[in-house]
Amino acid sequence: MSVTSTHDTEITVAADIPLVRIVREFDAPPAKVFRAHVDPELVVQWLGPRSTVMTVDHYDCRTGGSYRYVHASDGEEYGFYGSFHEVRPTELIVQTFTFEGMPDGVALERLVFEDLGDGRTRLIGTSLADSFADRDAMIASGMEHGIREGYERLDELLAS
Amino acid sequence: MSAEALSRVFSALADPTRRDIVARLAVADATVNELAAPYDVTLQAVSKHLKVLADAGLVSRSRDGQRRPVHLEAEVFDLMTKWIERYRREAEERYRRLDELLRTLPEDGPPAPPIEGASR
Repeated sequence: MSVTSTHDTEITVAADIPLVRIVREFDAPPAKVFRAHVDPELVVQWLGPRSTVMTVDHYDCRTGGSYRYVHASDGEEYGFYGSFHEVRPTELIVQTFTFEGMPDGVALERLVFEDLGDGRTRLIGTSLADSFADRDAMIASGMEHGIREGYERLDELLAS
Repeated sequence: MSAEALSRVFSALADPTRRDIVARLAVADATVNELAAPYDVTLQAVSKHLKVLADAGLVSRSRDGQRRPVHLEAEVFDLMTKWIERYRREAEERYRRLDELLRTLPEDGPPAPPIEGASR
């Protein structure tokens, strides 16, 4: 498969607060990248891991709105929900994020759509968990999932 | 490496003095005295920091006679790096799908955010 994107995702795991920062650039203007985050019909096309089927229960991406979606994989269902606290078109989404398997935990997520000009966007996402344990479990779940998905496919995808 | 183990590593590194100690041990093994020298703290305080690092599996003390130098367990670092790299790759995989979507998405979509999205 051909891989045309060369904008590698940058991850920063903060040492002093339970925060993860993800930075990625896109060859599309902020309005378009924003739309792909707001329209549930578009969100389902990219947000869920490839091996899972993402079903949106509701996805009301506007200030004061809320969302819930389910990732189904191998007969298992994983639900996620949260509130949209601030949604400013083409600029900013502030939302909460909770995994239904850990209902006491909530992360505060902030997505900034930075206009780089020339139809390009830098997306800066930060996720602040309410404890180091939760933040690290979040990273760990990514790891477990990575094993399930198989290294080969990721390698194939990431091969340049 | 379990999530709890990873958590211990992260919290051990949350302290600036401990991060500094780790950075110095990355260069070479050192005794507690050597490690304590640049800081305006007691040997006891440094020993306490080393205990936190040891509990996280980040450092060990060898049985090298009286010196008993502190040694950085680089493989624990490598493991942590691998976990973060895996997480990063997950995000990258997700965003490559988004790249693909953005390529096919027409420029003039409905005004964002779509209010009617509420009922979809």
